[in-house]
Amino acid sequence: MSKIVPEEVRSILATDCGSTTTKAILIQRRNGEYRLIVRGEAPTTVEAPFEDVTMGVLNAIAEVEELAGRKLLDGNRIISPQRDEQVGVDIYISTSSAGGGLQMMVAGVVKSMTVESAERAALGAGAIVMDAIASNDGRRPHEKIERIRQLRPDMILLSGGIDGGTISHVVEIAELIAAADPKPRLGMSFKLPVIYAGNKDARGEIKKRLEVETDLSIVDNIRPVLERENLIPARNKIHDLFMEHVMAQAPGYKKLMGWTDAPIMPTPGAVGKIIETIAKLENIQVVGVDIGGATTDVFSVFSGVFNRTVSANLGMSYSVSNVLAEAGIENVMRWVPFDLEERDLRNRIKNKMIRPTTIPQTLQELIIEQAIAREALRLAFEHHKSLAVGLKGVQQERTISDAFSQSRTGASLVDMMGLDMLVGSGGILSHAPRRHQAALMSIDAFQPEGITRLAVDSIFMMPQLGVLSTLHEKAATEVFNKDCLIHLGTCIAPTGTGKPGAPCMQVSADLPNGEHREVSLSVGEMYLLKAAVGESARLKISPHKGFDVGAGPGKSLTVSVDGGVVGLILDARGRPIALPENKSERVRKLQEWQKALSVYPEYSF
Amino acid sequence: MTHAYTPGLKVVEKTIIRKRRILPLKGEVLVEKGQSVKAEDVVAKTDLPGNVYPVNVANIMGILPDDLDRFMLIKQGEKAKKGEPIAMSKGFLGLFKSVCKSPADGTIENISKITGQVLIRGAPMPVSVDAYIDGTVVEVFEQEGVAVETQGAFVQGIFGIGGEACGSIRMVCDSPQDVMDRSSVPDDCEGQILVGGSLVTSDAIKRVIELGALGIVVGGLADQDLRDFLGYDIGVAITGSEQLGATLVITEGFGKINMADSTFGIFKSNEGRRASINGATQIRAGVLRPEVVIPRDLGDFKQAEAGDLESVGLEVGSEVRVIREPYFGRLGKVVALPPELRKLETESKVRVLEVELDDGSKAILPRANVEMIEH
Repeated sequence: MSKIVPEEVRSILATDCGSTTTKAILIQRRNGEYRLIVRGEAPTTVEAPFEDVTMGVLNAIAEVEELAGRKLLDGNRIISPQRDEQVGVDIYISTSSAGGGLQMMVAGVVKSMTVESAERAALGAGAIVMDAIASNDGRRPHEKIERIRQLRPDMILLSGGIDGGTISHVVEIAELIAAADPKPRLGMSFKLPVIYAGNKDARGEIKKRLEVETDLSIVDNIRPVLERENLIPARNKIHDLFMEHVMAQAPGYKKLMGWTDAPIMPTPGAVGKIIETIAKLENIQVVGVDIGGATTDVFSVFSGVFNRTVSANLGMSYSVSNVLAEAGIENVMRWVPFDLEERDLRNRIKNKMIRPTTIPQTLQELIIEQAIAREALRLAFEHHKSLAVGLKGVQQERTISDAFSQSRTGASLVDMMGLDMLVGSGGILSHAPRRHQAALMSIDAFQPEGITRLAVDSIFMMPQLGVLSTLHEKAATEVFNKDCLIHLGTCIAPTGTGKPGAPCMQVSADLPNGEHREVSLSVGEMYLLKAAVGESARLKISPHKGFDVGAGPGKSLTVSVDGGVVGLILDARGRPIALPENKSERVRKLQEWQKALSVYPEYSF
Repeated sequence: MTHAYTPGLKVVEKTIIRKRRILPLKGEVLVEKGQSVKAEDVVAKTDLPGNVYPVNVANIMGILPDDLDRFMLIKQGEKAKKGEPIAMSKGFLGLFKSVCKSPADGTIENISKITGQVLIRGAPMPVSVDAYIDGTVVEVFEQEGVAVETQGAFVQGIFGIGGEACGSIRMVCDSPQDVMDRSSVPDDCEGQILVGGSLVTSDAIKRVIELGALGIVVGGLADQDLRDFLGYDIGVAITGSEQLGATLVITEGFGKINMADSTFGIFKSNEGRRASINGATQIRAGVLRPEVVIPRDLGDFKQAEAGDLESVGLEVGSEVRVIREPYFGRLGKVVALPPELRKLETESKVRVLEVELDDGSKAILPRANVEMIEH
């Protein structure tokens, strides 16, 4: 890897090796600005009969070559640096989630403290956490050993104890790990990588116990004192080991690692990176979601704290049946504005699971899929809120005013009223035939409060931009804002509840076309105002008594809001959204909202 | 592009089938290359390390971990029997002795002076791998396992439940349209693999298990019945470890769907033959489909060259099965493959094909929603 001088970078090629598709993008500097030029894709070739990831990478790049009319390959080699406007690129980078991504187990002493910190470190690095073993998780020691033996993770992160604190508990967990003699998922004859990030005084004992059986690395404690988390050293180590062990075992990756100008990152880790970068640069609170076929990832940045969770079994194809099992059939059906027998719905969902590549052909099927997506997103977000929390077990200093609003330690960091932007990605959101569908799905599932910008990732290039941000922040953020995101518009939703039909809010709008509009909305209504991408409107929002749009209950707020391909969505359904209990009334309401937002073409079932 | 590739399930009357039979850990291979094996013959075996039983001796006896050595009766590396004292404190003036006993037969693997924990490793657990199919050992992977090969028919299903089994094929429905209900299950089906038509009812599955049949192969199954029968919802399609007493393979999908004629025909022509069945299904990364292998001597049958077998992709004339509503489960022939994107009722623009369905009617479908029937 040669040293990169950001100012000299003229072109960037980036790939993301997913479990089914390898995607390549070409970014070029034009008139001093970095923009996406083309995108190509090809099937991933990690598995038999090819067993060489670079074949898929080269195929995807070949498609980029063809579309861009630019020569990037010399045989099986990427031409770098760029020779002229038509030949080569300056930077090549890649991410990967092929072969099941990064699967980890975490272990520690106290479940709600060090183990939770370890879980956040692993998730933040882009891993799926298969299990979290704690001294106090209620399982008996032999059950823990059994579990560790069964799992076959890619690596284990072991933490426990603050620096200078107890040694014996974390050593006990290390003894269980050693006794289980865990084997890595890939490569029969390799030792399993274990990262120790606990009490520094226990390092000697940990070494004694684990050095022979495992491939042990030691990093700084992730919880050096109770009041502070220090996740970065553990996260960086996870990335290093991901490259050295997991990637190096996967067919073809050694070759690919030799091509890239930056280490290959696990795909979700890279997505987290770009979201963190954007939140920091624009100083905003962000929630991002990526709903895939098998898993749903949620990312958030609130008050500068980044969190990521992955719901391993919530997705739209392989895991679609699990969404039904977890959410319950009634919760899925509450979003469907027509009758469908449970027996029929069950068979349809299972058939999607066993044939994951099929697409809805009828409008009815599309509406059903989007109803399931709402529940998958809702559940994944619930999961995220439960893990994106402040540190538990920390003493809080209280003033007299706190006595009236005492909050627990470990309260969720997710503050929907403070949320500035909600970004969705994944097929069901990015490829919805109408962008209005993506907007309404996001609103129904996440229930943003107050004023929130909505966007979708057009072609899912957040992973590539995440790695790029580690090398070239300017290029990554320019492409993110201009080419990656499709701005849907802004959602204006007061919190509070009221009787259907009672007044909710009055909006006085100066629209970009010069028009002035006064809109009164009753509880349970939705309304769409036009404002295109790049335009903004000036709104005076006056919520009725008991409703709050950000300035306090019943208080008016005057703001400038951004438009988008959908527009400005006024949502007077209250928070939490209450759907009518009565079935025919619910169907009527769903249809009314769909019509107000032009979500679907006219239909009658 | 005039054709598209949509991988389908393999349903072949004559082919060569090769199965790798590998141990979970290195061990011993018991057969030689060229040897004939029966499905139930053990081809390789190994010992998995025994279970570990941790005992916190220091806590139990109320002593400091550091003092453990003084009280241990059995040292690291030595054997202990279940109930045998492994540590004893002398107590006050020889009274009030406290004793810590071994929870299992095993060897003392570790005594920790930091935690006071003693680990006892139980006896190794033997595991073996059988041949799964009647055939010949064609390759030996030293210490790991073998490859067994046979000739015969091979049918892949779309979804299955339960693991490997071997028994004789018996038809219990006359046509691929027939429903396999309780009355279709013959009383003398013990040890057999029963083949039905378009649907199996939950009553029929219960009856099959009562009577000791080993497997069911059928076109479709209602998900509701599967759940009632299993007692839980299958969330993610990773199956094979269910212990139901019978293995189930569905060939077409969920709901009532006629088994494809060619599939039904293969079973019919092989009625009475011994077959191996496996319900293990894994749809995510590294697709694994359930299967039925029916070994049969095909004389000097030669597998066609790989190139001939490669699917050429969808072409006009290809036989397909529709795998999504509104024509789910219907069979047809491709009559046109228009290259341009077409707008569906959902307003999505996708690549489509035109199919003549089995009743002669024609339909335009997204290419993603058909599956080629491979012969």
